[in-house]
Amino acid sequence: MENGFERPMTKSPGILLKGRHCIDGIALFDANLHISSEQWTCLLGRSGVGKSTILRLILGLETGGHFTGSFTASDDMPLAGRISYMAQSDLLLPWLSVLDNVCIGAHLRGEKPDIGFANDLIGRVGLFEHIDQKPNTLSGGMRQRAALARTLFEDRPIVFLDEPFSSLDAGTRADMQELATRVLKDRTVLLVTHDPAEAARIGHQIIVMSAQETHNWPVPPTPVLREINDPQTLVCQAKLLDYLRGIAA
Amino acid sequence: MRFWDIFLAFLVGLGLWQSIVVLTEAPHYILPSPWRVAQAAYESRVIIAENAWVTAVEVVLGLAIGTLLGVATAIQLALSKTAERLMLPILVFTQAVPVFALAPLLTLWFGYGMGSKIVMTVLIIYFPVTSAFHDGLTQIDRGYRDLSLSMGAGKLNFMRHIQIPNALPSLGTGLRLAAVYAPIGAVIGEWVGASKGLGYLMLLANGRAKIDLMFASLIVLACLTVVLHIAVGVLAAQLTRHAQGNSFK
Repeated sequence: MENGFERPMTKSPGILLKGRHCIDGIALFDANLHISSEQWTCLLGRSGVGKSTILRLILGLETGGHFTGSFTASDDMPLAGRISYMAQSDLLLPWLSVLDNVCIGAHLRGEKPDIGFANDLIGRVGLFEHIDQKPNTLSGGMRQRAALARTLFEDRPIVFLDEPFSSLDAGTRADMQELATRVLKDRTVLLVTHDPAEAARIGHQIIVMSAQETHNWPVPPTPVLREINDPQTLVCQAKLLDYLRGIAA
Repeated sequence: MRFWDIFLAFLVGLGLWQSIVVLTEAPHYILPSPWRVAQAAYESRVIIAENAWVTAVEVVLGLAIGTLLGVATAIQLALSKTAERLMLPILVFTQAVPVFALAPLLTLWFGYGMGSKIVMTVLIIYFPVTSAFHDGLTQIDRGYRDLSLSMGAGKLNFMRHIQIPNALPSLGTGLRLAAVYAPIGAVIGEWVGASKGLGYLMLLANGRAKIDLMFASLIVLACLTVVLHIAVGVLAAQLTRHAQGNSFK
């Protein structure tokens, strides 16, 4: 069976974004971001500051506003078609099995899906026994794992995650963080999150965003995936939470 | 349980009917008793069956053709904004024309045979099917659209793999309405000009003061409508179950 993680992939590029986004003439944010190549970048900020809008902008989705500026890949190649996306909601199609949900991208492009690759990915996320089941028979954690397999099936070097684990219970969330960091190794990942603990645990880079600016937050020196009880991770998490509460006030 | 409820309601209806006949002492050529109607139904069973078969064929063919046309129109409207802008107002306007008013014209154009009745049935169910299915096709979770766009979905593949399966419950709602309207369309057509069908038989019986036969035809028509409604209801329920990811029963 073909192993998806052994598929040759060129180096995942970073992304540079600089510009201002306005809605009805009012500035939503003024951002200057550097999303590092082959690393996890966690983007935090209060609700409504425009974190998800940055994802949507780069993905080419409707944002309801006007962006003045630029976003480019560090390898100067076009970004279109090189980003896969996973949202907060799993967006599994209820009428399809896990396997068909994982392959949906190929169907939507009118391509023949690589079933061997899909089987391999479903096995990697621990859902092989549930491959023929419909989403309504799966738990929340299992559904997110299926959505992760669908994201991986796109086999793209850049992955955008928009609060994908926020609706899960604490234990399942920690499990998903571990699984995601393992299977998305060597990809450029931008994770939008509200959770300082999540950012402190899995971020190679943490960017805090406000309407006026974006700035890098110091990350613990220990390698990701950091232990939940690692003292430096806990300090980072606490300071980050303090700061976020401060800018929200 | 449900069968007994229906049976009890049927008995109560018969009792009421008989009571009115006895209390008002209405002559049988104004209001025949249930027993008299049953006798007429038995004596004229062959002629009732022949005409019921004609009406049933008109209704089923009209329902099938109207559904196909409604589904095709809804898909076309959902695929093309221009078509939607141009055709929706026309569709709404056509609903302002009473179908009764069209019946003589349809008879003139399509003759006294089944054709004009089938066209009448098609016209009467076309709008509810189109409208309900179009609503289902266009009212789709924005997340699905975003995900599909990020995957590079084509318009037709998005329609085929996401919009249509997602809209099946709405189509079911349209079909339920159509099942009630379809016999009305066929009978209106038969009233205006026909040589066969339950509508024709009712007019014939009325003209010869055979009110018991008229009642018998009316009851058979009601039974036909109920059977059609139940059959379409089962189909609609299956469509909904499929869209929700439940197996067909």
